[in-house]
Amino acid sequence: MMQQLIDSIIQPTFSNDILNQKHDSAVLNVNGSRLAFTTDSYVIKPLFFSGGDIGKLAVCGTLNDLAMSGAKPLYITCSLIIEEGFAIKDLQQILLSMQQTAKQAGVHIVTGDTKVVDKGKGDGLFINTAGIGLIPEEVSIQASSIQTGDHIIINSDLARHGIAIMLEREGIDFENSIQSDCADLSGLVQDMINAGLHPHCMRDLTRGGLASGLIELATASKYHFEINETSLPIQDDVKSACEILGFDPLYIANEGCFVLFVAEADSEKVLNCLHQHELGKQACVIGKVTDKHNKGMVSLETAMGISRVLDLFSGEQLPRIC
Amino acid sequence: MKFVDEYRDPKTAKKLLNAIEKVTTQPWNIMEVCGGQTHSIIKHGIDQLIPESINLIHGPGCPVCVTPLQYIDKALEIAKQANVIFCSFGDMLRVPGSEQDLLGLKAQGADIRIVYSPLDALKLAQENQQKQVVFFAVGFETTAPTVALAVHQAKQLNCDNFSVLVCHVRVPPVMKALLSSKNNTVQGFLGAGHVCTIMGYHEYIPLVEQYQIPIVITGFEPVDILQGLYLCIKQLEEGRNEVENQYSRVVSQQGNQPAQRLLQQVFTVVDQQWRGLGQIPQSGLALSADYAHWNAEQRFSVASINTQEPKNCRSGEVLQGLLKPDACPEFSKSCTPEHPLGATMVSSEGACAAYYRYRSHHV
Repeated sequence: MMQQLIDSIIQPTFSNDILNQKHDSAVLNVNGSRLAFTTDSYVIKPLFFSGGDIGKLAVCGTLNDLAMSGAKPLYITCSLIIEEGFAIKDLQQILLSMQQTAKQAGVHIVTGDTKVVDKGKGDGLFINTAGIGLIPEEVSIQASSIQTGDHIIINSDLARHGIAIMLEREGIDFENSIQSDCADLSGLVQDMINAGLHPHCMRDLTRGGLASGLIELATASKYHFEINETSLPIQDDVKSACEILGFDPLYIANEGCFVLFVAEADSEKVLNCLHQHELGKQACVIGKVTDKHNKGMVSLETAMGISRVLDLFSGEQLPRIC
Repeated sequence: MKFVDEYRDPKTAKKLLNAIEKVTTQPWNIMEVCGGQTHSIIKHGIDQLIPESINLIHGPGCPVCVTPLQYIDKALEIAKQANVIFCSFGDMLRVPGSEQDLLGLKAQGADIRIVYSPLDALKLAQENQQKQVVFFAVGFETTAPTVALAVHQAKQLNCDNFSVLVCHVRVPPVMKALLSSKNNTVQGFLGAGHVCTIMGYHEYIPLVEQYQIPIVITGFEPVDILQGLYLCIKQLEEGRNEVENQYSRVVSQQGNQPAQRLLQQVFTVVDQQWRGLGQIPQSGLALSADYAHWNAEQRFSVASINTQEPKNCRSGEVLQGLLKPDACPEFSKSCTPEHPLGATMVSSEGACAAYYRYRSHHV
């Protein structure tokens, strides 16, 4: 639905060369430098969850969008829409969380806006952040750089954020609480770029999860991605929760997980580099790019040895009856 | 993952596939009754791995798919009313009624909530005394006991603002109806493991005797399904007709007796309409007289709503195994998960949705 809205109304209305590239960040040429520029709004229930809160999420999300273009994040903004009656101590805690996350990433929150809406006209707190970052000269990260034979790598296990939120929202208790993977990936990406490694493309696997991210990139690059189901890291408790709720972890949102495409020759070096970082310890190759028939598709080789096509889900996943 | 990974082990699966190949000497039509099994078969590609001579027929065991359109319309009518909190399992929300679905109505402002258990709906009723809380009670013998428990507790608590819109269905009568149909091609069944967890499998013994057909109670993981198929084919090849229990790690012959007692106490067996299949004797559950007070159909006067199914939807034939989903002229054309003609395209367990998701493009 949302994609239809973007494709049929929003993008055509604002159509221009930069927007039409459909990157998470717009890449701007300014006085010989390339700037990455992005914005995102955060609407989440509950505001506090295992592994983070809306503040940390709002900073990490924007940092990650910048990082996926290879940019070093510089400055971010913070706009708050606060519902009348929202607890000040909660607001303070959320702002502190934003400040700490930004500080750890070495960026400053340099401007913002605050609006208060009437009671009942907002859901506690909405946050919008925008950010800019500088893209190093030699870096060119985009779907059109993906090449046949590229290895497809992810940095960590899948589906933790979406499941943590779902369990919290629905009040479902698991023996060990599942924590959101909400994290700033810009440091990890910078380590890789500083080591002279050049991924062809990167994408953070937020809404719609791994499957949706890959399908979008396959469509944009017109290549065929082959993914191996048995190589996908998923925590046991997350798998269990997905089994119980009838969800497919490949379509569940992440907030600290990204996919990258790199030439086979560089694959091992990239893995070694990722493994040095706390957020890349589980990094692994999950598949490869081919130029087989059916271009622009993603296929999953199942544990049973059958290949099936991954499709975009229409609408949200809904819990099954039994 | 413990308790699941071993049932998805490719090596064990391969051994069972070899055994199936070895034992199969002629074509057989086998129906998996439960929608969960259909989903697993298509997701894991089991139908592509087994010998071509084994034809899997996808049965009517998807609760969303067999709930008649008129009940969706009744649900919509109740949920529209001011002062109502309408609660449902998630996947009923996208099933199209005559004019819209519950998700659409929710978007227009109706208070419609996804719950994971009818007991959550009862709790909502206690927390919202000034509202009427209605639970949409659909599904087989698997979900019916929790509904029975919620209604029973509502009675004990004198909770007057809670009620249930009941469209529960029973598995053995629909198997009997399929077997007695002149169009029947089913030669063996994989019985629905979850239903038998509650009900046991004593109800199948008369079916096996009357219709001379093997029934193998089967689980939901690839290894379960392959083992169920192996046992079923072996019976067919050897000319045996027995009830066998592949899912013995969960299912016993007598089933969950406290749950069965609760079902008997709260519900009474009635004739029931099935989407695409029509009226099937003794195939439904309705609230018994002692619990009639909690019947939402009466409370909201929607019992007279009686909608007919759309003519170009052939889900009835799909549910009887007479038509493969992708052989339907409307499949992936006028009928897609975004604009489903019938419920088999809506639920993730529906045969049409499973085919659409995993089969609409071949690699």
